Amino acid sequence: MAMEMRLPVARKRLSESLGRESKKHLVVPGDTITTDTGFMRGHGTYMGEEKLIASVAGSVERVNKLICVKALKTRYNGEVGDIVVGRITERRRSAEDELAMRGFLQEGDLISAEVQAVFSDGAVSLHTRSLKYGKLGQGVLVQVSPSLVKRQKTHFHDLPCGASVILGNNGFIWIYPTPEHKEEDAGGFIANLEPVSLADREVISRLRNCIISLVTQRMMLYDTSILYCYEASLPHQIKDILKPEIMEEIVMETRQRLLEQEG
Amino acid sequence: MASVSLSEAEKVYIVHGVQEDLRVDGRGCEDYRCVEVETDVVSNTSGSARVKLGHTDILVGVKAEMGTPKLEKPNEGYLEFFVDCSANATPEFEGRGGDDLGTEIANTLYRIFNNKSSIDLKSLCISPREHCWVLYVDVLLLECGGNLFDAISIAVKAALFNTRIPRVRVLEDEEGSKDIELSDDPYDCIRLSVENVPCIVTLCKIGYRHVVDATLQEEACSLASLLVSVTSKGVVTCMRKVGKGSLDPESIFEMMETGKRVGKVLHTSLQSVLHKEESLGPKRQKVGFLG
Repeated sequence: MAMEMRLPVARKRLSESLGRESKKHLVVPGDTITTDTGFMRGHGTYMGEEKLIASVAGSVERVNKLICVKALKTRYNGEVGDIVVGRITERRRSAEDELAMRGFLQEGDLISAEVQAVFSDGAVSLHTRSLKYGKLGQGVLVQVSPSLVKRQKTHFHDLPCGASVILGNNGFIWIYPTPEHKEEDAGGFIANLEPVSLADREVISRLRNCIISLVTQRMMLYDTSILYCYEASLPHQIKDILKPEIMEEIVMETRQRLLEQEG
Repeated sequence: MASVSLSEAEKVYIVHGVQEDLRVDGRGCEDYRCVEVETDVVSNTSGSARVKLGHTDILVGVKAEMGTPKLEKPNEGYLEFFVDCSANATPEFEGRGGDDLGTEIANTLYRIFNNKSSIDLKSLCISPREHCWVLYVDVLLLECGGNLFDAISIAVKAALFNTRIPRVRVLEDEEGSKDIELSDDPYDCIRLSVENVPCIVTLCKIGYRHVVDATLQEEACSLASLLVSVTSKGVVTCMRKVGKGSLDPESIFEMMETGKRVGKVLHTSLQSVLHKEESLGPKRQKVGFLG
């Protein structure tokens, strides 16, 4: 049995450990970004009194003439076409609903869906009109901040290490064992409750811990970063990945590999 | 207790994982999450400690005040526990929502300290039948991430280890009236011996096996748990079963044996961390809440 107790260690500032010279331009809501009116305003800004003011807390990003503020931590804002993973908390109670849906979906179930429309109050309407969406079976859910999920062409990834992952734009990450054969028409409503093999479980647990380490070090989540982190974590035991010093080491290695791959 | 809702498939996954001794975060059934302990975090208390066990965050403060001994125990001081489940931990604790859980935890703490050997109450007596030290132990739940009882008992032990009670003398003058004199030196204090203070080990029954240090998700899959209070020598001081489900007497015996084994290791780790912290001396870097 393993038991480890330690004294807390103060967190190091990331920019120190990365050796970055240029500091990010951080703003809080109400801060003036610039008084130059030649810029187009993007997300997170608004125009007031002849100057550009930030409306969220985050770092300023500038692309040619477009200025926007990227928020560090946000509630999820739905956009049409986003993939989300959600848990059913409440349902409409009516006679037809009772007869039809309760057999398939119950309170507490997880589903994957796509955003169809966004209402003016921010509520989103979801659809599961394709067979790749629907009820989710056995697996592990990790909840992270929505701002850390990178927007990509596809959010359903079958990783070569042996598990699959759905990166919901709302910050819900679902890790599950890759189904052996593509189920043609079930749509997930017939849940497969057979025990998952130990090898698959190890992959899933390792992926879960890797995702948590990436999130703790504020790295963006996408298939490549998760995969590199998984590979960097292989020399360590699964339960050791969450130890602070090992987490730092793994994420540092991932960061370096990603930089090499880009440039 | 704070609860999360899980789908049937997620519960099945967790239960099967426990059967194979591989939990969701890669731990075995008898592994604890990484624990961070820091003492002396609150400046205006006699002793304090903060314990972080995964997502569970507990703050304990001990205040020593002068009081009158209880009638049935005139030569001893006593401890008073108060547990505050703050709304910080989870929205369920808003308003009076956390009171039930708070009283349950406080009652459990009273029970485990309710024996002669846990803590030397005679050392808290100043003058029999008249004055004694009362230790008010306040527990604050900052964040709830499963396995509350274990974290709270570790924090209480660490806070009692850190407690420094001022040394007092009783002076009697000619008329017979007693005066209590406090020592001039602020560092002249007595410390409690926490060698026999027990810690709670919670064992949750999941499927056919039991796990130690369950997360919120694992607690949602468990119908019955056993709280075992163990001292550093492996002696069980009290036991309590919680949950709606039932436990087989054989399982209870197995869980108790696991509790004793795990409890001894818990105590040795805690002692070594507390001594290490003390050896760093008064100049150590305090991390506190903004670290």
